[in-house]
Amino acid sequence: MKDKLIKPDHKIIFDIIKKGSRVLDLGCGDGELLQNLVMAKKVKAEGIELNEENIYSCIEKGLSVYHRDIENGLQDQPDNAFDYVILNQIIQEIKNMEFLLNETFRVGKKAIIGFPNFAYIEARFDLFFKGLAPVTPSLPYQWYNSPNIHFGSLKDFKAYCADKNIKIIEAYYLGEKNIVKFLPNIFAMNGIFLVEKGPAK
Amino acid sequence: MNNKVTDNNSTRPDTDGLGLVKTKYFNFAEPPDHLVLESGAKLGPITLAYETYGTLSALKDNAVLILHALSGDAHAAGWHEGDKKPGWWDNMIGPGKAFDTDKYFIICSNVLGGCKGSTGPSSPNPSKSKPFGLDFPMITILDMVKAQKTLIDHLGIEKLLSVSGGSMGGMQALQWVRSFPEMVRSAIPIAAGLKHSPQQIAFNEVGRQAIMSDLEWKNGDYYGSASPKRGLAIARMIGHITYMSDTSMEQKFSRKLKNGNYSFSFHPDFEVEGYLHYQGDDFVKRFDANSYLYISKAIDYFDLSESNALVVNSREENVRFLVISFKSDWLYPPYQSVGIVRKLKAGSVDASYCEIDSSYGHDAFLIEVKEETSLVKHFLNRIYREVGDER
Repeated sequence: MKDKLIKPDHKIIFDIIKKGSRVLDLGCGDGELLQNLVMAKKVKAEGIELNEENIYSCIEKGLSVYHRDIENGLQDQPDNAFDYVILNQIIQEIKNMEFLLNETFRVGKKAIIGFPNFAYIEARFDLFFKGLAPVTPSLPYQWYNSPNIHFGSLKDFKAYCADKNIKIIEAYYLGEKNIVKFLPNIFAMNGIFLVEKGPAK
Repeated sequence: MNNKVTDNNSTRPDTDGLGLVKTKYFNFAEPPDHLVLESGAKLGPITLAYETYGTLSALKDNAVLILHALSGDAHAAGWHEGDKKPGWWDNMIGPGKAFDTDKYFIICSNVLGGCKGSTGPSSPNPSKSKPFGLDFPMITILDMVKAQKTLIDHLGIEKLLSVSGGSMGGMQALQWVRSFPEMVRSAIPIAAGLKHSPQQIAFNEVGRQAIMSDLEWKNGDYYGSASPKRGLAIARMIGHITYMSDTSMEQKFSRKLKNGNYSFSFHPDFEVEGYLHYQGDDFVKRFDANSYLYISKAIDYFDLSESNALVVNSREENVRFLVISFKSDWLYPPYQSVGIVRKLKAGSVDASYCEIDSSYGHDAFLIEVKEETSLVKHFLNRIYREVGDER
Protein backbone atom coordinates (compact mmCIF):
# COMPACT_ATOMS: atom_id res chain seq x y z
CA MET A 1 0.00 0.00 0.00
CA LYS A 2 1.24 3.47 -0.84
CA ASP A 3 0.84 5.45 2.37
CA LYS A 4 1.37 8.78 0.66
CA LEU A 5 -1.51 8.34 -1.73
CA ILE A 6 -4.08 7.18 0.75
CA LYS A 7 -6.60 9.65 2.13
CA PRO A 8 -6.16 10.49 5.85
CA ASP A 9 -9.53 9.03 6.83
CA HIS A 10 -8.76 5.90 4.83
CA LYS A 11 -5.43 5.61 6.61
CA ILE A 12 -7.11 5.67 10.02
CA ILE A 13 -9.74 3.11 9.00
CA PHE A 14 -7.05 0.98 7.39
CA ASP A 15 -5.05 0.95 10.61
CA ILE A 16 -8.06 0.03 12.74
CA ILE A 17 -8.94 -3.09 10.75
CA LYS A 18 -7.19 -6.31 11.74
CA LYS A 19 -5.64 -8.69 9.24
CA GLY A 20 -7.86 -11.37 7.75
CA SER A 21 -11.08 -9.90 9.06
CA ARG A 22 -14.41 -9.73 7.24
CA VAL A 23 -15.26 -6.19 6.16
CA LEU A 24 -18.39 -4.62 4.70
CA ASP A 25 -18.01 -1.08 3.35
CA LEU A 26 -21.31 0.79 2.99
CA GLY A 27 -21.02 3.33 0.22
CA CYS A 28 -17.64 1.95 -0.79
CA GLY A 29 -17.19 4.42 -3.67
CA ASP A 30 -14.61 3.33 -6.22
CA GLY A 31 -13.32 0.66 -3.84
CA GLU A 32 -9.93 2.23 -3.11
CA LEU A 33 -10.06 1.56 0.63
CA LEU A 34 -11.29 -2.00 0.22
CA GLN A 35 -8.65 -2.73 -2.37
CA ASN A 36 -5.92 -1.57 -0.02
CA LEU A 37 -7.38 -3.71 2.74
CA VAL A 38 -7.56 -6.77 0.51
CA MET A 39 -4.02 -6.35 -0.77
CA ALA A 40 -2.27 -5.45 2.47
CA LYS A 41 -4.42 -7.11 5.11
CA LYS A 42 -6.00 -10.02 3.25
CA VAL A 43 -9.46 -9.06 4.46
CA LYS A 44 -12.59 -10.67 3.04
CA ALA A 45 -14.10 -7.54 1.57
CA GLU A 46 -17.52 -6.65 0.34
CA GLY A 47 -18.88 -3.29 -0.74
CA ILE A 48 -22.31 -1.81 -1.27
CA GLU A 49 -22.51 1.14 -3.62
CA LEU A 50 -25.25 3.09 -5.37
CA ASN A 51 -23.29 4.77 -8.16
CA GLU A 52 -23.04 2.66 -11.32
CA GLU A 53 -19.67 4.08 -12.43
CA ASN A 54 -18.23 3.12 -9.07
CA ILE A 55 -19.46 -0.44 -9.54
CA TYR A 56 -17.29 -0.76 -12.66
CA SER A 57 -14.30 0.63 -10.75
CA CYS A 58 -14.82 -1.85 -7.92
CA ILE A 59 -15.15 -4.84 -10.27
CA GLU A 60 -12.05 -3.62 -12.09
CA LYS A 61 -10.22 -3.79 -8.77
CA GLY A 62 -11.35 -7.38 -8.34
CA LEU A 63 -13.72 -6.53 -5.51
CA SER A 64 -17.05 -8.02 -4.65
CA VAL A 65 -19.61 -5.21 -4.81
CA TYR A 66 -23.38 -4.95 -4.58
CA HIS A 67 -25.15 -2.24 -6.61
CA ARG A 68 -27.82 -1.19 -4.15
CA ASP A 69 -29.28 1.64 -2.09
CA ILE A 70 -28.41 1.20 1.58
CA GLU A 71 -31.46 3.26 2.52
CA ASN A 72 -33.26 -0.07 2.16
CA GLY A 73 -31.14 -1.52 4.92
CA LEU A 74 -28.90 -4.54 4.90
CA GLN A 75 -31.70 -7.06 4.75
CA ASP A 76 -29.73 -9.34 2.44
CA GLN A 77 -26.80 -9.74 4.79
CA PRO A 78 -26.98 -12.47 7.42
CA ASP A 79 -26.48 -11.73 11.13
CA ASN A 80 -22.91 -11.35 12.39
CA ALA A 81 -21.44 -11.83 8.92
CA PHE A 82 -18.74 -9.18 9.37
CA ASP A 83 -16.07 -8.18 11.85
CA TYR A 84 -16.27 -4.56 10.72
CA VAL A 85 -18.87 -2.52 8.92
CA ILE A 86 -17.50 0.75 7.53
CA LEU A 87 -19.81 3.76 7.30
CA ASN A 88 -17.44 6.45 6.14
CA GLN A 89 -19.01 9.78 5.22
CA ILE A 90 -22.50 8.44 4.75
CA ILE A 91 -24.52 8.70 7.96
CA GLN A 92 -25.05 12.42 7.45
CA GLU A 93 -26.81 11.60 4.15
CA ILE A 94 -28.95 8.65 5.19
CA LYS A 95 -32.62 9.35 5.80
CA ASN A 96 -33.19 6.62 8.32
CA MET A 97 -29.80 6.65 9.97
CA GLU A 98 -30.92 4.93 13.12
CA PHE A 99 -32.39 2.01 11.16
CA LEU A 100 -29.14 1.67 9.24
CA LEU A 101 -27.09 1.70 12.45
CA ASN A 102 -29.29 -1.01 13.95
CA GLU A 103 -28.80 -3.03 10.78
CA THR A 104 -25.07 -2.39 10.98
CA PHE A 105 -24.88 -3.86 14.48
CA ARG A 106 -26.97 -6.82 13.37
CA VAL A 107 -24.59 -7.82 10.57
CA GLY A 108 -21.30 -6.63 12.07
CA LYS A 109 -19.49 -6.98 15.37
CA LYS A 110 -17.99 -3.51 15.16
CA ALA A 111 -18.71 -0.41 13.14
CA ILE A 112 -16.33 2.26 11.92
CA ILE A 113 -18.25 5.49 11.54
CA GLY A 114 -16.74 8.61 10.01
CA PHE A 115 -18.63 11.87 9.49
CA PRO A 116 -18.09 15.63 9.22
CA ASN A 117 -18.19 17.70 12.40
CA PHE A 118 -20.87 20.33 12.07
CA ALA A 119 -19.45 22.18 15.07
CA TYR A 120 -16.04 22.71 13.44
CA ILE A 121 -14.77 26.21 14.13
CA GLU A 122 -15.16 27.45 10.56
CA ALA A 123 -18.74 26.21 10.53
CA ARG A 124 -19.39 28.00 13.79
CA PHE A 125 -17.84 31.13 12.34
CA ASP A 126 -19.99 31.01 9.18
CA LEU A 127 -23.12 30.56 11.19
CA PHE A 128 -22.42 32.84 14.14
CA PHE A 129 -20.66 35.80 12.58
CA LYS A 130 -21.62 35.63 8.92
CA GLY A 131 -25.11 34.29 9.46
CA LEU A 132 -24.54 31.84 6.60
CA ALA A 133 -25.00 28.09 6.37
CA PRO A 134 -21.53 26.63 6.90
CA VAL A 135 -19.27 25.72 4.00
CA THR A 136 -16.05 24.01 5.09
CA PRO A 137 -13.64 21.49 3.53
CA SER A 138 -15.60 18.66 5.18
CA LEU A 139 -18.95 20.34 4.49
CA PRO A 140 -18.22 21.56 0.97
CA TYR A 141 -21.79 22.04 -0.21
CA GLN A 142 -24.06 25.04 -0.44
CA TRP A 143 -27.27 24.99 1.58
CA TYR A 144 -29.32 24.34 -1.55
CA ASN A 145 -27.36 21.44 -3.01
CA SER A 146 -26.06 19.62 0.04
CA PRO A 147 -26.78 15.89 0.25
CA ASN A 148 -26.34 16.17 4.01
CA ILE A 149 -29.55 15.92 5.97
CA HIS A 150 -28.22 15.26 9.49
CA PHE A 151 -26.07 18.01 10.94
CA GLY A 152 -24.40 16.44 13.93
CA SER A 153 -21.28 17.36 15.83
CA LEU A 154 -18.76 15.04 17.42
CA LYS A 155 -20.38 15.84 20.75
CA ASP A 156 -23.83 15.00 19.36
CA PHE A 157 -22.55 11.63 18.23
CA LYS A 158 -21.03 10.83 21.61
CA ALA A 159 -24.27 11.75 23.34
CA TYR A 160 -26.16 9.60 20.87
CA CYS A 161 -23.90 6.63 21.56
CA ALA A 162 -24.31 7.03 25.32
CA ASP A 163 -28.05 7.24 24.91
CA LYS A 164 -28.29 4.20 22.61
CA ASN A 165 -25.88 2.00 24.53
CA ILE A 166 -23.24 2.12 21.81
CA LYS A 167 -19.72 1.73 23.15
CA ILE A 168 -17.04 3.93 21.63
CA ILE A 169 -13.87 1.84 21.52
CA GLU A 170 -11.64 4.29 19.72
CA ALA A 171 -12.11 7.86 18.48
CA TYR A 172 -10.02 9.80 15.95
CA TYR A 173 -10.35 13.47 15.12
CA LEU A 174 -9.08 14.91 11.88
CA GLY A 175 -8.14 18.41 10.89
CA GLU A 176 -7.36 19.30 7.32
CA LYS A 177 -4.24 17.14 7.26
CA ASN A 178 -3.46 16.41 10.89
CA ILE A 179 -4.88 14.56 13.86
CA VAL A 180 -6.60 16.93 16.31
CA LYS A 181 -6.11 16.30 19.99
CA PHE A 182 -7.16 19.64 21.50
CA LEU A 183 -10.90 20.45 21.76
CA PRO A 184 -11.86 18.25 18.81
CA ASN A 185 -15.49 19.35 18.74
CA ILE A 186 -14.17 22.80 17.82
CA PHE A 187 -11.02 22.04 15.86
CA ALA A 188 -11.73 18.74 14.08
CA MET A 189 -13.43 18.64 10.70
CA ASN A 190 -14.11 14.94 10.77
CA GLY A 191 -14.46 12.27 13.40
CA ILE A 192 -13.93 8.54 12.99
CA PHE A 193 -15.26 6.23 15.67
CA LEU A 194 -14.76 2.54 16.21
CA VAL A 195 -17.90 1.44 18.01
CA GLU A 196 -19.77 -1.65 19.08
CA LYS A 197 -23.16 -2.30 20.56
CA GLY A 198 -22.93 -2.37 24.35
CA PRO A 199 -24.38 -5.21 26.40
CA ALA A 200 -28.15 -4.90 26.81
CA LYS A 201 -29.01 -2.87 29.87
CA MET B 1 -34.63 -14.67 -26.70
CA ASN B 2 -31.85 -13.63 -28.88
CA ASN B 3 -31.86 -11.59 -32.01
CA LYS B 4 -28.76 -10.50 -33.77
CA VAL B 5 -27.50 -7.05 -32.94
CA THR B 6 -27.61 -5.10 -36.12
CA ASP B 7 -25.46 -2.15 -35.07
CA ASN B 8 -22.27 -4.11 -34.67
CA ASN B 9 -22.62 -6.41 -37.61
CA SER B 10 -20.92 -5.95 -40.88
CA THR B 11 -21.36 -8.15 -43.90
CA ARG B 12 -18.00 -9.87 -43.80
CA PRO B 13 -15.73 -11.40 -41.20
CA ASP B 14 -14.01 -8.83 -39.03
CA THR B 15 -10.26 -8.79 -38.91
CA ASP B 16 -10.00 -8.58 -35.11
CA GLY B 17 -12.48 -11.37 -34.36
CA LEU B 18 -12.38 -15.15 -34.52
CA GLY B 19 -12.74 -15.43 -38.28
CA LEU B 20 -14.31 -18.60 -39.64
CA VAL B 21 -15.56 -21.16 -37.13
CA LYS B 22 -17.28 -24.53 -37.48
CA THR B 23 -19.98 -26.31 -35.54
CA LYS B 24 -19.07 -29.71 -34.08
CA TYR B 25 -21.33 -32.53 -32.98
CA PHE B 26 -21.21 -34.76 -29.92
CA ASN B 27 -23.25 -37.96 -29.76
CA PHE B 28 -24.08 -39.73 -26.51
CA ALA B 29 -26.85 -41.48 -24.53
CA GLU B 30 -26.83 -44.38 -26.96
CA PRO B 31 -29.44 -46.87 -25.71
CA PRO B 32 -29.47 -48.56 -23.26
CA ASP B 33 -27.57 -45.62 -21.67
CA HIS B 34 -30.44 -43.17 -22.15
CA LEU B 35 -30.49 -39.78 -20.55
CA VAL B 36 -33.19 -39.91 -17.88
CA LEU B 37 -35.07 -36.64 -18.02
CA GLU B 38 -36.58 -34.71 -15.13
CA SER B 39 -40.03 -35.89 -16.21
CA GLY B 40 -38.87 -39.49 -15.86
CA ALA B 41 -38.87 -40.07 -19.62
CA LYS B 42 -35.79 -41.51 -21.28
CA LEU B 43 -34.10 -40.01 -24.32
CA GLY B 44 -31.30 -41.32 -26.51
CA PRO B 45 -29.29 -41.26 -28.60
CA ILE B 46 -28.68 -37.53 -28.26
CA THR B 47 -26.64 -35.17 -30.39
CA LEU B 48 -25.41 -31.81 -29.13
CA ALA B 49 -24.17 -29.23 -31.61
CA TYR B 50 -21.39 -27.14 -30.12
CA GLU B 51 -18.65 -24.71 -30.98
CA THR B 52 -15.42 -23.91 -29.20
CA TYR B 53 -13.16 -20.87 -29.46
CA GLY B 54 -9.68 -20.38 -28.06
CA THR B 55 -7.42 -23.08 -26.65
CA LEU B 56 -7.95 -25.33 -23.66
CA SER B 57 -4.98 -24.94 -21.32
CA ALA B 58 -2.83 -27.93 -20.40
CA LEU B 59 -4.38 -27.86 -16.92
CA LYS B 60 -7.85 -27.56 -18.46
CA ASP B 61 -8.64 -24.74 -16.07
CA ASN B 62 -9.61 -21.98 -18.50
CA ALA B 63 -12.90 -23.27 -19.89
CA VAL B 64 -15.94 -21.01 -19.97
CA LEU B 65 -19.35 -22.35 -20.94
CA ILE B 66 -21.61 -19.88 -22.73
CA LEU B 67 -25.34 -20.61 -22.54
CA HIS B 68 -27.77 -19.32 -25.09
CA ALA B 69 -31.28 -17.89 -24.80
CA LEU B 70 -34.61 -19.16 -26.18
CA SER B 71 -33.84 -18.73 -29.87
CA GLY B 72 -30.06 -18.97 -29.75
CA ASP B 73 -27.72 -21.67 -30.94
CA ALA B 74 -24.20 -23.06 -30.63
CA HIS B 75 -22.84 -20.41 -32.99
CA ALA B 76 -22.03 -17.78 -30.40
CA ALA B 77 -19.09 -16.12 -32.13
CA GLY B 78 -17.04 -15.98 -35.29
CA TRP B 79 -18.34 -16.49 -38.80
CA HIS B 80 -19.76 -19.40 -40.74
CA GLU B 81 -18.77 -19.69 -44.36
CA GLY B 82 -20.97 -17.44 -46.47
CA ASP B 83 -22.92 -15.91 -43.57
CA LYS B 84 -23.86 -12.25 -43.45
CA LYS B 85 -23.72 -12.05 -39.67
CA PRO B 86 -21.35 -13.42 -37.04
CA GLY B 87 -22.46 -15.53 -34.04
CA TRP B 88 -25.05 -14.11 -31.67
CA TRP B 89 -22.59 -12.91 -28.99
CA ASP B 90 -19.64 -12.18 -31.26
CA ASN B 91 -19.19 -8.72 -29.76
CA MET B 92 -18.53 -10.37 -26.38
CA ILE B 93 -16.46 -13.41 -27.43
CA GLY B 94 -13.13 -13.20 -29.24
CA PRO B 95 -9.52 -12.09 -28.93
CA GLY B 96 -9.31 -9.29 -26.33
CA LYS B 97 -13.07 -9.23 -25.84
CA ALA B 98 -15.03 -9.81 -22.60
CA PHE B 99 -14.74 -13.57 -22.98
CA ASP B 100 -11.17 -13.33 -24.19
CA THR B 101 -10.30 -16.23 -26.48
CA ASP B 102 -6.59 -15.41 -26.07
CA LYS B 103 -6.97 -16.47 -22.43
CA TYR B 104 -10.00 -18.71 -22.21
CA PHE B 105 -11.41 -21.74 -23.94
CA ILE B 106 -15.01 -20.87 -24.77
CA ILE B 107 -17.68 -23.52 -25.33
CA CYS B 108 -21.24 -22.99 -26.48
CA SER B 109 -23.72 -25.75 -27.28
CA ASN B 110 -27.21 -25.71 -28.73
CA VAL B 111 -29.66 -26.76 -26.01
CA LEU B 112 -31.40 -30.10 -25.87
CA GLY B 113 -34.77 -29.57 -27.55
CA GLY B 114 -33.30 -27.02 -29.95
CA CYS B 115 -33.37 -27.04 -33.73
CA LYS B 116 -29.84 -25.96 -34.58
CA GLY B 117 -28.09 -29.29 -34.67
CA SER B 118 -28.96 -30.64 -31.23
CA THR B 119 -31.58 -33.32 -30.67
CA GLY B 120 -35.04 -31.81 -30.53
CA PRO B 121 -38.60 -32.34 -31.74
CA SER B 122 -37.53 -31.87 -35.38
CA SER B 123 -34.88 -34.63 -35.12
CA PRO B 124 -35.60 -38.11 -36.50
CA ASN B 125 -37.38 -40.31 -34.00
CA PRO B 126 -35.36 -43.55 -33.91
CA SER B 127 -38.46 -45.62 -33.13
CA LYS B 128 -40.36 -44.27 -36.12
CA SER B 129 -39.25 -43.27 -39.54
CA LYS B 130 -40.10 -39.59 -39.11
CA PRO B 131 -39.25 -36.63 -36.85
CA PHE B 132 -40.35 -36.73 -33.20
CA GLY B 133 -42.91 -33.94 -33.26
CA LEU B 134 -44.91 -34.22 -30.04
CA ASP B 135 -43.42 -37.67 -29.35
CA PHE B 136 -40.38 -35.73 -28.17
CA PRO B 137 -40.37 -35.83 -24.36
CA MET B 138 -40.89 -32.64 -22.35
CA ILE B 139 -37.58 -31.16 -21.32
CA THR B 140 -36.48 -28.80 -18.57
CA ILE B 141 -33.58 -26.47 -17.94
CA LEU B 142 -32.10 -29.22 -15.76
CA ASP B 143 -32.23 -31.63 -18.71
CA MET B 144 -30.43 -29.10 -20.91
CA VAL B 145 -27.74 -28.73 -18.26
CA LYS B 146 -27.37 -32.49 -17.78
CA ALA B 147 -26.77 -32.85 -21.51
CA GLN B 148 -24.19 -30.04 -21.42
CA LYS B 149 -22.50 -31.73 -18.47
CA THR B 150 -22.00 -34.86 -20.57
CA LEU B 151 -20.36 -32.71 -23.24
CA ILE B 152 -18.09 -31.04 -20.69
CA ASP B 153 -17.09 -34.48 -19.34
CA HIS B 154 -16.39 -35.58 -22.89
CA LEU B 155 -14.09 -32.59 -23.38
CA GLY B 156 -12.15 -33.74 -20.30
CA ILE B 157 -12.94 -30.63 -18.26
CA GLU B 158 -13.41 -31.26 -14.55
CA LYS B 159 -14.11 -27.70 -13.50
CA LEU B 160 -15.41 -24.82 -15.59
CA LEU B 161 -13.91 -21.42 -14.90
CA SER B 162 -17.30 -19.87 -15.49
CA VAL B 163 -20.80 -20.45 -16.83
CA SER B 164 -22.54 -17.45 -18.34
CA GLY B 165 -25.54 -16.43 -20.38
CA GLY B 166 -28.44 -14.03 -20.65
CA SER B 167 -32.14 -14.71 -20.17
CA MET B 168 -32.63 -18.50 -20.48
CA GLY B 169 -28.84 -18.70 -20.63
CA GLY B 170 -28.76 -17.15 -17.16
CA MET B 171 -31.21 -19.78 -15.94
CA GLN B 172 -28.95 -22.53 -17.24
CA ALA B 173 -26.01 -20.89 -15.46
CA LEU B 174 -27.97 -20.96 -12.19
CA GLN B 175 -29.00 -24.56 -12.83
CA TRP B 176 -25.37 -25.51 -13.35
CA VAL B 177 -24.53 -24.14 -9.92
CA ARG B 178 -27.54 -25.88 -8.43
CA SER B 179 -26.83 -29.26 -9.99
CA PHE B 180 -23.06 -29.43 -10.44
CA PRO B 181 -21.51 -26.87 -8.05
CA GLU B 182 -18.28 -28.85 -7.85
CA MET B 183 -17.79 -28.34 -11.59
CA VAL B 184 -18.20 -24.55 -11.58
CA ARG B 185 -15.91 -21.84 -10.21
CA SER B 186 -18.06 -18.87 -11.11
CA ALA B 187 -21.35 -17.95 -12.71
CA ILE B 188 -22.50 -14.86 -14.60
CA PRO B 189 -26.29 -14.88 -14.96
CA ILE B 190 -27.45 -11.87 -16.97
CA ALA B 191 -31.05 -10.57 -17.15
CA ALA B 192 -32.39 -13.69 -15.46
CA GLY B 193 -34.16 -14.70 -12.27
CA LEU B 194 -34.60 -17.59 -9.84
CA LYS B 195 -37.93 -18.57 -11.35
CA HIS B 196 -40.28 -17.69 -14.17
CA SER B 197 -42.96 -15.28 -12.99
CA PRO B 198 -46.66 -15.45 -13.92
CA GLN B 199 -46.19 -12.52 -16.33
CA GLN B 200 -43.32 -14.32 -18.06
CA ILE B 201 -45.27 -17.57 -18.22
CA ALA B 202 -48.26 -15.66 -19.60
CA PHE B 203 -46.29 -14.23 -22.51
CA ASN B 204 -44.85 -17.64 -23.30
CA GLU B 205 -48.30 -19.20 -23.22
CA VAL B 206 -49.66 -16.64 -25.68
CA GLY B 207 -46.74 -17.47 -27.97
CA ARG B 208 -47.44 -21.18 -27.70
CA GLN B 209 -51.14 -20.68 -28.32
CA ALA B 210 -50.34 -18.67 -31.44
CA ILE B 211 -48.35 -21.64 -32.78
CA MET B 212 -50.85 -24.29 -31.73
CA SER B 213 -53.79 -22.32 -33.18
CA ASP B 214 -52.14 -22.33 -36.59
CA LEU B 215 -53.93 -24.97 -38.67
CA GLU B 216 -50.61 -25.97 -40.20
CA TRP B 217 -49.33 -27.02 -36.79
CA LYS B 218 -51.31 -30.31 -36.96
CA ASN B 219 -50.53 -31.39 -33.41
CA GLY B 220 -46.85 -30.94 -34.13
CA ASP B 221 -46.88 -33.40 -37.02
CA TYR B 222 -46.14 -30.93 -39.80
CA TYR B 223 -42.68 -32.05 -40.91
CA GLY B 224 -42.52 -32.68 -44.62
CA SER B 225 -45.45 -30.36 -45.28
CA ALA B 226 -46.24 -26.68 -44.67
CA SER B 227 -45.13 -25.54 -41.22
CA PRO B 228 -47.10 -23.29 -38.83
CA LYS B 229 -45.32 -20.16 -40.05
CA ARG B 230 -48.00 -17.65 -39.10
CA GLY B 231 -48.28 -18.95 -35.57
CA LEU B 232 -44.52 -19.00 -35.03
CA ALA B 233 -44.16 -15.52 -36.54
CA ILE B 234 -46.80 -14.16 -34.15
CA ALA B 235 -45.06 -15.83 -31.21
CA ARG B 236 -41.85 -14.13 -32.28
CA MET B 237 -43.60 -10.77 -32.69
CA ILE B 238 -44.93 -10.99 -29.14
CA GLY B 239 -41.46 -11.96 -27.99
CA HIS B 240 -39.89 -8.96 -29.67
CA ILE B 241 -42.30 -6.58 -27.97
CA THR B 242 -41.30 -7.98 -24.59
CA TYR B 243 -37.58 -7.71 -25.44
CA MET B 244 -37.78 -3.97 -26.06
CA SER B 245 -38.91 -1.11 -23.82
CA ASP B 246 -41.31 1.77 -24.22
CA THR B 247 -38.31 4.08 -24.51
CA SER B 248 -36.36 1.97 -26.99
CA MET B 249 -39.44 1.55 -29.19
CA GLU B 250 -40.05 5.30 -29.12
CA GLN B 251 -36.42 5.91 -30.08
CA LYS B 252 -36.36 3.26 -32.78
CA PHE B 253 -39.80 3.80 -34.38
CA SER B 254 -41.69 6.65 -32.80
CA ARG B 255 -44.87 6.88 -34.94
CA LYS B 256 -42.88 6.86 -38.17
CA LEU B 257 -44.83 5.65 -41.19
CA LYS B 258 -43.53 3.19 -43.76
CA ASN B 259 -44.93 5.08 -46.73
CA GLY B 260 -45.49 8.56 -45.40
CA ASN B 261 -49.27 8.35 -45.35
CA TYR B 262 -52.00 6.41 -43.61
CA SER B 263 -53.27 3.70 -45.95
CA PHE B 264 -56.66 3.62 -44.19
CA SER B 265 -56.48 -0.14 -44.32
CA PHE B 266 -55.06 -2.93 -42.16
CA HIS B 267 -51.80 -3.01 -44.04
CA PRO B 268 -48.92 -2.18 -41.74
CA ASP B 269 -48.66 1.62 -41.82
CA PHE B 270 -46.26 2.12 -38.96
CA GLU B 271 -42.59 1.24 -38.96
CA VAL B 272 -43.01 -0.69 -35.74
CA GLU B 273 -45.55 -2.92 -37.49
CA GLY B 274 -43.18 -3.48 -40.38
CA TYR B 275 -40.39 -4.31 -37.97
CA LEU B 276 -42.45 -6.92 -36.14
CA HIS B 277 -43.57 -8.49 -39.42
CA TYR B 278 -40.00 -8.62 -40.63
CA GLN B 279 -38.75 -10.18 -37.37
CA GLY B 280 -41.58 -12.72 -37.41
CA ASP B 281 -41.03 -13.71 -41.03
CA ASP B 282 -37.27 -13.85 -40.63
CA PHE B 283 -37.58 -16.07 -37.56
CA VAL B 284 -39.66 -18.78 -39.22
CA LYS B 285 -36.88 -19.30 -41.75
CA ARG B 286 -34.48 -20.33 -39.03
CA PHE B 287 -36.51 -21.79 -36.20
CA ASP B 288 -38.74 -24.80 -35.63
CA ALA B 289 -42.18 -24.15 -34.13
CA ASN B 290 -42.12 -27.28 -31.98
CA SER B 291 -38.72 -26.34 -30.55
CA TYR B 292 -40.24 -22.99 -29.61
CA LEU B 293 -43.02 -24.81 -27.74
CA TYR B 294 -40.66 -27.18 -25.92
CA ILE B 295 -38.03 -24.63 -24.97
CA SER B 296 -40.51 -21.98 -23.84
CA LYS B 297 -42.20 -24.59 -21.63
CA ALA B 298 -38.83 -25.59 -20.18
CA ILE B 299 -38.29 -21.95 -19.25
CA ASP B 300 -41.71 -21.79 -17.58
CA TYR B 301 -40.92 -24.85 -15.47
CA PHE B 302 -37.76 -23.19 -14.17
CA ASP B 303 -37.87 -22.50 -10.44
CA LEU B 304 -34.84 -22.45 -8.17
CA SER B 305 -36.47 -20.24 -5.58
CA GLU B 306 -36.42 -22.91 -2.88
CA SER B 307 -34.10 -21.83 -0.13
CA ASN B 308 -30.36 -22.28 -0.49
CA ALA B 309 -30.53 -23.81 -3.93
CA LEU B 310 -27.35 -22.02 -4.94
CA VAL B 311 -25.42 -22.29 -1.71
CA VAL B 312 -22.87 -24.97 -0.93
CA ASN B 313 -21.99 -25.68 2.69
CA SER B 314 -18.93 -23.58 3.19
CA ARG B 315 -17.97 -20.15 1.97
CA GLU B 316 -14.75 -21.40 0.42
CA GLU B 317 -16.47 -23.99 -1.75
CA ASN B 318 -19.13 -21.64 -3.00
CA VAL B 319 -19.29 -20.55 -6.59
CA ARG B 320 -18.49 -16.87 -7.14
CA PHE B 321 -21.20 -14.83 -8.82
CA LEU B 322 -21.48 -11.78 -11.02
CA VAL B 323 -25.15 -10.92 -11.50
CA ILE B 324 -26.14 -8.33 -14.10
CA SER B 325 -29.52 -6.74 -14.85
CA PHE B 326 -30.81 -3.82 -16.93
CA LYS B 327 -32.90 -0.98 -15.60
CA SER B 328 -35.46 -0.94 -18.44
CA ASP B 329 -35.85 -4.74 -18.68
CA TRP B 330 -39.50 -5.26 -17.80
CA LEU B 331 -39.59 -8.89 -18.94
CA TYR B 332 -36.83 -9.92 -16.53
CA PRO B 333 -36.89 -6.91 -14.20
CA PRO B 334 -33.89 -6.05 -12.02
CA TYR B 335 -35.76 -7.14 -8.90
CA GLN B 336 -35.50 -10.72 -10.16
CA SER B 337 -31.73 -10.45 -10.41
CA VAL B 338 -31.66 -8.86 -6.96
CA GLY B 339 -33.63 -11.93 -5.84
CA ILE B 340 -30.70 -14.09 -6.96
CA VAL B 341 -28.21 -11.88 -5.13
CA ARG B 342 -30.28 -11.86 -1.94
CA LYS B 343 -30.31 -15.65 -1.86
CA LEU B 344 -26.57 -15.68 -2.36
CA LYS B 345 -25.85 -13.02 0.27
CA ALA B 346 -28.04 -14.82 2.79
CA GLY B 347 -25.85 -17.87 2.26
CA SER B 348 -22.63 -15.83 2.47
CA VAL B 349 -21.84 -16.55 -1.18
CA ASP B 350 -19.43 -14.12 -2.84
CA ALA B 351 -21.63 -12.20 -5.26
CA SER B 352 -21.31 -8.93 -7.16
CA TYR B 353 -24.27 -7.20 -8.72
CA CYS B 354 -24.69 -4.42 -11.24
CA GLU B 355 -27.88 -2.92 -12.63
CA ILE B 356 -26.85 -1.35 -15.91
CA ASP B 357 -28.69 1.86 -16.73
CA SER B 358 -29.90 0.89 -20.19
CA SER B 359 -33.03 1.83 -22.10
CA TYR B 360 -32.95 -1.21 -24.39
CA GLY B 361 -35.13 -3.48 -22.26
CA HIS B 362 -34.39 -7.21 -22.18
CA ASP B 363 -32.49 -6.92 -25.49
CA ALA B 364 -29.88 -4.93 -23.59
CA PHE B 365 -27.90 -8.07 -22.78
CA LEU B 366 -27.02 -8.32 -26.47
CA ILE B 367 -26.48 -4.58 -26.90
CA GLU B 368 -24.78 -3.04 -23.84
CA VAL B 369 -21.45 -4.54 -24.81
CA LYS B 370 -19.17 -1.88 -23.33
CA GLU B 371 -20.61 -2.13 -19.82
CA GLU B 372 -20.89 -5.91 -19.87
CA THR B 373 -17.35 -6.19 -21.18
CA SER B 374 -15.99 -4.08 -18.33
CA LEU B 375 -17.78 -6.21 -15.75
CA VAL B 376 -17.23 -9.65 -17.27
CA LYS B 377 -13.61 -9.14 -18.25
CA HIS B 378 -12.45 -7.99 -14.83
CA PHE B 379 -14.59 -10.49 -12.98
CA LEU B 380 -13.10 -13.36 -15.01
CA ASN B 381 -9.60 -11.92 -14.49
CA ARG B 382 -10.14 -12.19 -10.78
CA ILE B 383 -11.54 -15.73 -10.92
CA TYR B 384 -8.69 -16.89 -13.15
CA ARG B 385 -6.18 -15.25 -10.82
CA GLU B 386 -7.71 -17.14 -7.90
CA VAL B 387 -7.18 -20.39 -9.82
CA GLY B 388 -3.50 -19.46 -10.14
CA ASP B 389 -3.29 -18.61 -6.44
CA GLU B 390 -4.58 -22.07 -5.55
CA ARG B 391 -1.65 -23.71 -7.31
